[in-house]
Amino acid sequence: MDWSYTIWIPLLPLIGFLIIGFVGRKLPYPIPGLIGITGIFGALVLSYITAYKYFFVVNADMTFEPIKAVETLWMTFSDKLHFNMGVLLDPISVMMLVVVTTVSFLVHLYSLGYMKGDPGFGRFFTFLSLFTFSMLGLVIATNLFQIYFFWELVGVSSYLLIGFYYEKPSAILASKKAFIVTRFADFFFLIGILVISYYTETFDFLTLNGMSESALASAGSTSFMGMSVLALGLTLAFVGGAGKSAMFPLHIWLPDAMEGPTPVSALIHAATMVVAGVFLVARLFPMYYHVDGGIVLSIIAFVGASSSLIAAIIATTQMDIKRVLAFSTMSQIGYMMLSLGVSGYDGHHGLGYTASMFHLFTHAFFKSLLFLAAGSIIHAVHSNYMTKMGGLRKHLPITHITFLLASLAISGIYPFAGFFSKDAILDAAHMHSPIYFWIGWFVAGLTAFYMFRLYFRIFWYEDREYHHTPHESPLTMTVPLMILALLSVVSGFIFFYILPFGTYITPTGEEFHMHIDWTLAGLSLAIAVVGIFIAWFMYFKKNNKAEKVANSFGMLYKWAYNKFYIDEIYMFVTKKIMFGVVSAGWMWFDTKIVDGSMNLIGNTTVKTSYAIKKLQSGKMQDYVLAVVVGAVALGAIFIYIWTR
Amino acid sequence: MNILTLLVVIPALTILGLIFTKGYKQARVLSAIGMGLQFVATLYLVYMYFQARGAGNTDAFLFDQNLVWYKSLNIHYHVAIDGIGVLMILLTSVVTFAGVFASWEVKDLTKEFFIFLIMLAMGVFGFFIAQDLFTMFVFYEIAVIPMYVLIGIWGTGPKEYSAMKLTLMLMGGSALLLVALLGIYFNSETATGLHTFDMQELSKMHFPFAFQKFFFPFAFVGFGVLGALFPFHTWSPDGHASAPTAVSMLHAGVLMKLGSYGAFRVAMYLMPEGAVYFANFFLVLTGFSVIYGAFVAVRKTDLKFINAYSSVSHVGLILFALMMFTKTAFTGAILQMISHGLMTAMFFGLIGMIYGRTHTREIYKMGGLMKILPVISATYVIAGLASLGLPGLSGFVAEMNIFVGAWENPNLLNRVFSVIAISAIVVTAVYILRVVGVLLMGPLKNPEHANLPKVKWFERVVIILLMGSIVGMGTMPLWITDTIRDSLIPIMEKFVH
Repeated sequence: MDWSYTIWIPLLPLIGFLIIGFVGRKLPYPIPGLIGITGIFGALVLSYITAYKYFFVVNADMTFEPIKAVETLWMTFSDKLHFNMGVLLDPISVMMLVVVTTVSFLVHLYSLGYMKGDPGFGRFFTFLSLFTFSMLGLVIATNLFQIYFFWELVGVSSYLLIGFYYEKPSAILASKKAFIVTRFADFFFLIGILVISYYTETFDFLTLNGMSESALASAGSTSFMGMSVLALGLTLAFVGGAGKSAMFPLHIWLPDAMEGPTPVSALIHAATMVVAGVFLVARLFPMYYHVDGGIVLSIIAFVGASSSLIAAIIATTQMDIKRVLAFSTMSQIGYMMLSLGVSGYDGHHGLGYTASMFHLFTHAFFKSLLFLAAGSIIHAVHSNYMTKMGGLRKHLPITHITFLLASLAISGIYPFAGFFSKDAILDAAHMHSPIYFWIGWFVAGLTAFYMFRLYFRIFWYEDREYHHTPHESPLTMTVPLMILALLSVVSGFIFFYILPFGTYITPTGEEFHMHIDWTLAGLSLAIAVVGIFIAWFMYFKKNNKAEKVANSFGMLYKWAYNKFYIDEIYMFVTKKIMFGVVSAGWMWFDTKIVDGSMNLIGNTTVKTSYAIKKLQSGKMQDYVLAVVVGAVALGAIFIYIWTR
Repeated sequence: MNILTLLVVIPALTILGLIFTKGYKQARVLSAIGMGLQFVATLYLVYMYFQARGAGNTDAFLFDQNLVWYKSLNIHYHVAIDGIGVLMILLTSVVTFAGVFASWEVKDLTKEFFIFLIMLAMGVFGFFIAQDLFTMFVFYEIAVIPMYVLIGIWGTGPKEYSAMKLTLMLMGGSALLLVALLGIYFNSETATGLHTFDMQELSKMHFPFAFQKFFFPFAFVGFGVLGALFPFHTWSPDGHASAPTAVSMLHAGVLMKLGSYGAFRVAMYLMPEGAVYFANFFLVLTGFSVIYGAFVAVRKTDLKFINAYSSVSHVGLILFALMMFTKTAFTGAILQMISHGLMTAMFFGLIGMIYGRTHTREIYKMGGLMKILPVISATYVIAGLASLGLPGLSGFVAEMNIFVGAWENPNLLNRVFSVIAISAIVVTAVYILRVVGVLLMGPLKNPEHANLPKVKWFERVVIILLMGSIVGMGTMPLWITDTIRDSLIPIMEKFVH
């Protein structure tokens, strides 16, 4: 079958980007948006066709072989290492194509309404198309360098979109922070790529994943600080992934990234770009599993679990609704990482891998829905703070219902989407180690609590007076909400019972049967219900219970509210030490020592010449005197020597 | 006429013609025509080169022309070119052509300004095609001397100090270089018993190790001063800060490349064992300068100083790559010469456009220019992104070749300094985004800047020429890397033991 048309999936948004960027930016509303939407719609259709053909036509025998649809040499590094660009189709990349194009299309549609009247409307769609192109290029990457290429491009699109309101100082700071923190992580990623490619002599994913355990062991026979070099390289690559996916302690950029327009938060900082780290680990999963007996996976599991827990704790205390959702995103991505980290390889042991991808899939829908609904709320209330909200269910009926459905989905209530994927993750964690299960279980409770804290606080709590009466958003905004709500409700159910994920997306390609362990599921359902109940108790009606509870936690609450002061630590290290001491010190060294010594040489030359120029006075008597004195002195020396 | 000689003749004729022009309009139009012709000739050279290669010509050097100049000393006017040279000529041509448009509004002594500017360019063109060390040195000096005049007369700020400092330090470098060239000359032996300056003949000889050990540092540091080798880089910030826009563009864009190109093509090529002997020393120096320049740039507040220190960092990366002795790293070094040349010329061009409007280069005295000057600001952002190595732009292509090439050298010291040099990608992001944040974003800081004139047509020409090249190189690097790799084959033979 000819797959070469798949190259158009990323190219259509690229063409959209070029058209809007060069000619369409200044056109009147809504033409730039329509150009962008046309591009992404084309990509959406092609992705769906590809998914259908890949899963149901070509691989009807359930083998799911990876297919290199297109591959071309882009740049030669050396005789062994080539930088190729291509399209790799395998279960996870095809799934990602569907996720990215779906969410991106809906976000484009939503933005048509949300960004109406903004002077940067054309610019917004330019960047959005650039992002979509980059993200699609990332998921279809055939090799490490291609993924790095698009990895940087999504980073810069994210930078441009976070700083979209470029006259706002907080947006400038947030965009800088996001770029620099992820860049710092990418520095490790790049070194990881260099290490891996140096020892395996390839960038190609299929070759890397196809290497047997013994081949990997011999390629990575050099050891570095107790780890084989390949394990080191994979760890470094994971650091890059952790930066992009906002894992602790590289998460500090994500909450600030909420300065961007809300549709951007929904697309980039909830559904697509932030899961790139998870995708990277999944992409190289066979290699992660086989190098050094999966030592790197245990690091990943630990990072995932701790990020998940820390983020959930912080989320319960934040007041800005977008920041709550940001920490929620971080927490859910922590789940995905944990799930990959605890996963085995063959058959049912590969559940963690499957569960991670499943959760990525469902999370994309309900989290982008939550963000878009939050955007609708902010659009109506003109504030991000939940203290400025309350009783909105009457004013925003569609937003209210969709937000509720998404909250139920993320809280893991049966039969909403989150239940199935989260249950699979907890199941996988339980197979690996009970500790991870209990952490995940506790986080599930926190998730239900903070989500319903938001829900009750925004839509119930009190019927307050608004300065401008809030009104429901236009159809371009509510239709995407309704579509995503539908997906949030059914995507778990469908992909568990009808087209089970375990059949289509597994580490080895072999299918296994997914089932629900009702003991574990019951436990997680129970804690979710408890979480919802506590939230109801505290936030259903206006009261001061929340404050009391906060006070009773004392220091812990304060720490969590201030995000455990991690930002402050970073600021101290970068501002005070790196740029205060190192940078200023080197600048002093440059002007005083390096340049100073050059000036010293220059000045000394000048002074010396001033000093000796007096000898050349131009007066005859001085010269005669010098001749006489010289002759006498020479004569004295000669006489002294002769008479010795 | 030989196509290479034509590249020297066109600027020479332009200079001659300029002498007879009257008024600034005639001078600038004639300069634009002359450099336009030069640009066309360069494109024709590129076409001829690929046609010859495509026809199966595998000689290392093409378009050879060899005329006796001083018979008794065996000095020849010998020109020829390989793929690397073709690319450097292309770079020079683009930057020079853009430089003429960047000087479109020079109104005092316009005729003289363009005469010296084009003389500088002529020196650079001659340098890249010369195969005879003496001829090369002559062109080198032709390129360096006009700088003094250009900065001293048309410069800004403490221009006399800067011009003097730049010229003296570069002359110091030339002195070291001359020692090395004469050393090579007097140690060469040909069949006829005469000494020679001819690089193609010299490359076939093997100089004794003791000789190489002694003379390599002279040649490398001599060229290195012009290539901003740490700690001999301090002429560059002062010099660039005082120089007029086009001079900064040409100087940082191409003249500094003479240093790194010469260090590679003369010092390392003729004395490979000396290079290997001193590799670790220069590795430490250059690796450090990469991160050093970046960190100093973080603290600077004058746009030209920021870019000058950024250049110290980026040019340091070229010399750093040369110390890796792998083909990929050498490819990366050449790519970085081209990429940095385009980027820094773009930056200096943009800084000139901004300075011409606001009359300040202090970033904290400006702010919010994005709204007022959208084209210039957007270009500045893209140039900044190229500088921090964004894929799809030229910086990425060069840096990735250098990093992959650096990693191919498995010595521990090389690994350590590779990591240090790579970490500069983070610091680069810091200083680039800082400028973008302070200068371009934010609310308008100075109300006097609210009505700055929009971008003019000749400024658009500068932007299109340079930005087009940056994007072209960043998106279609294959033909460039392959051209360089082909031309590196004879050079690599020197370093395989």
